[in-house]
Amino acid sequence: MNYFGSAFAFILDPVNWSASEANPIGSRLGEHLWYTLLALVISAAIALPIGLLIGHTGRGRQAAVLISGGARALPTLGVITLLAVLIGIGLRAPLIAFVILAIPSILAGAYSGLEAVDRKTIDAARAMGMTEWQILRQVEVPLGLPLIIGGLRSATLQIVATATLAYYVGAEGLGSFIFLGLGTNDYPTTLVGAILVVALAVVLEIVYSIIQRLVVPAGVRAIRPQNDRSGATRSRSVVGSPLQEGNK
Amino acid sequence: MNWVVQNASYVGDSALAHLQLSIPPIILSFVLSVPLGWVANRYRPVRGVLLTVAGLLYAIPSLPLLIVLPLFIGTGLRSPVNVIVVLTLYGMALMVRSTADALEAVEPDVRQSATAVGFSPWGRFWSVDFPLAGPVLLAGMRVVVVSTVSLVTVGGVLGVNGLGLLFTDGLQRAIIPEIVTGIVLVVVMALILDALLVLLGRALMPWTRATATPSRRAARRVLATA
Amino acid sequence: MFTAKRGRLALVGAVAIGAMVALAGCSSGDPLKSGSDSSASGDTIVIGSQQYYSNEIIAEAYAQALENAGFKVDRQFNIGQRSVYLPELEKGTIDVIPDYSGSLLQYYDAKTTAKSESDIESALPDALPSGLKTLKAAEATDQDTYTVTKDFSTKNDITSLADLKDYSGKLVVGANAEFQTRPYGITGLKSVYGATATLKAIADSGGANTVAALKNGQVQLADIYSASPAIKANDFVSLEDPENMILPQHVIPVVDSKVDSKAAGIIEDVNAKLTQSALIDLNTTSVDDKSSAAVIAKKFLSDTGLVK
Repeated sequence: MNYFGSAFAFILDPVNWSASEANPIGSRLGEHLWYTLLALVISAAIALPIGLLIGHTGRGRQAAVLISGGARALPTLGVITLLAVLIGIGLRAPLIAFVILAIPSILAGAYSGLEAVDRKTIDAARAMGMTEWQILRQVEVPLGLPLIIGGLRSATLQIVATATLAYYVGAEGLGSFIFLGLGTNDYPTTLVGAILVVALAVVLEIVYSIIQRLVVPAGVRAIRPQNDRSGATRSRSVVGSPLQEGNK
Repeated sequence: MNWVVQNASYVGDSALAHLQLSIPPIILSFVLSVPLGWVANRYRPVRGVLLTVAGLLYAIPSLPLLIVLPLFIGTGLRSPVNVIVVLTLYGMALMVRSTADALEAVEPDVRQSATAVGFSPWGRFWSVDFPLAGPVLLAGMRVVVVSTVSLVTVGGVLGVNGLGLLFTDGLQRAIIPEIVTGIVLVVVMALILDALLVLLGRALMPWTRATATPSRRAARRVLATA
Repeated sequence: MFTAKRGRLALVGAVAIGAMVALAGCSSGDPLKSGSDSSASGDTIVIGSQQYYSNEIIAEAYAQALENAGFKVDRQFNIGQRSVYLPELEKGTIDVIPDYSGSLLQYYDAKTTAKSESDIESALPDALPSGLKTLKAAEATDQDTYTVTKDFSTKNDITSLADLKDYSGKLVVGANAEFQTRPYGITGLKSVYGATATLKAIADSGGANTVAALKNGQVQLADIYSASPAIKANDFVSLEDPENMILPQHVIPVVDSKVDSKAAGIIEDVNAKLTQSALIDLNTTSVDDKSSAAVIAKKFLSDTGLVK
């Protein structure tokens, strides 16, 4: 398709990366990544401790499920416009919206990650005299890592795709190409934005699979294939790659 | 509240249009995902490809997809068909994986027993695998319902009728009640459809309440980690 | 016992599904028939509007006036882009839309040299594709402006776009994304007036966020439409445009052949009452009272005696 050709040509042309351009690709890409990481760090700082607490104690799960369900239904576009009207243009409004968007996945990844750990393993750890903190740090978190990382991963994917809306209310990012193309009836420019977003998502996916390989204990990885027949108290889960869901 | 009362018919029309755009993709993504999920589960090499494609599909931001898709399917930008196709694609991105996982969660012993008592592959799928996969499928569909209802709003940026128009108009005129009404109605609609789906699931799968089968736990997890 | 319970639940489920389907399928419209795939049936006139509250009020006024004269009208409002609705007019799925003269001409003739309203209106018939024509333009114009705060204007002695090149500080313009590449936007400002500015994209078409950004200094200039109530309400100054870089944007109805002379006459009657102050009043009511377009248009038609 011709439009795709022009879009790729635009991306590959070094001129469009130079800082003297009105819309340099590098800067927009950098901003997009920055928004994503910022939103991810903030939402992880909120959701991970709560999720781990729920997973460890087994309490508050119902409330978390309910709140996450409600948060998932929140239309991000609406949240961004509301916040923009309330607190003005710039990064703050979309950032808050992205954090709200990311929290359910991270929260669910954290508590279901801990729940997926075999109760017998935890009982054994307790019997060995480990404190609750040690159990959490040395047993539950390492064993639950595939799902915890899975939660972060789907949150990241959602933010990357949704961060295009930041441009709608006066922030930058890859949305600039999408909205500029939309406003000027210029398909290739819109495609440039879309292609770069997908490319960024793919790169981040690869980074996540590397992280997963590096940090998940070899034993956990090795068990996975057979563990649905091993009589674990918790059934085999959708390991490492929870469903992605969001409302970009 | 005053704004809502004054504009009740506009709000009502937008909500109805929103619902009309939400239901077809929810149904279509289920119908189309079951065969694809079955293929993914049955043929290992295909699984990787299908699930990767589904995952990447979800990484495409919805707004450009809504803009670009008409180039391929020849509809107008503002056409409901365009929105329905895009949302069906997103729904499938979620459901193909759920279906594959759901079918995989069916105990091999059960499957072998079914074959042993003489089920044909076709009959076994519909009488054994599919019902047993039900709870996980339901969990996946609940995510699809909520995400679809919420995603329809993005069409508002293009002028597609629906609750998204309350956001774009509310932003231009700085009418906070209008934006809040849009958000609340989207959430309420999503939760009502979700509740109806759960009800439907109970009606069609009465056994799920009797025992906490492994597949039911898996279902909970699909929902939890979505 | 089991079956009874199951039966009841199945019933609940069936009713729920039935209600959903009924609701989704009922009344006001089959989703597959509205929008661009439909073609207007019979003698119904399809009126479109832009995704801009002011444009919607004008379209609604046309619609009510036509209905009052016995025409059947279908409203297709809130269309985001010119590149969406103009092709629909060409196809005949929309019959009338209020547009703005300068932008309309530029859409069909990007290289036009027309600057004044009369040049634009004489260039339009040739530029428009066959089958489309414009009716008489209104006095009201709703054009892009470079608007600054009173404070900025007096402090830096800036009242015209020509003054901007001597301004030593940073110039940021709050406007929609497309302002970047428009002939009257960032690039035009550089080539016509020699002033360098950067864009802060705010996608509310000069709405509340843009106004707020201008007031609190996040941007020095804002693209606020000349019929916006915000200019007067905040005592803003819209900069002069001595080189006529910004095209006039008089409200001009674009129609297809479906609109007969009687209908055209009715639309032109409405348009004739659209003076600059009338348009600003309509917009002010919309933003201040937050009423719907239907309510505002109805009052306008009865106040001007067009519909009794």
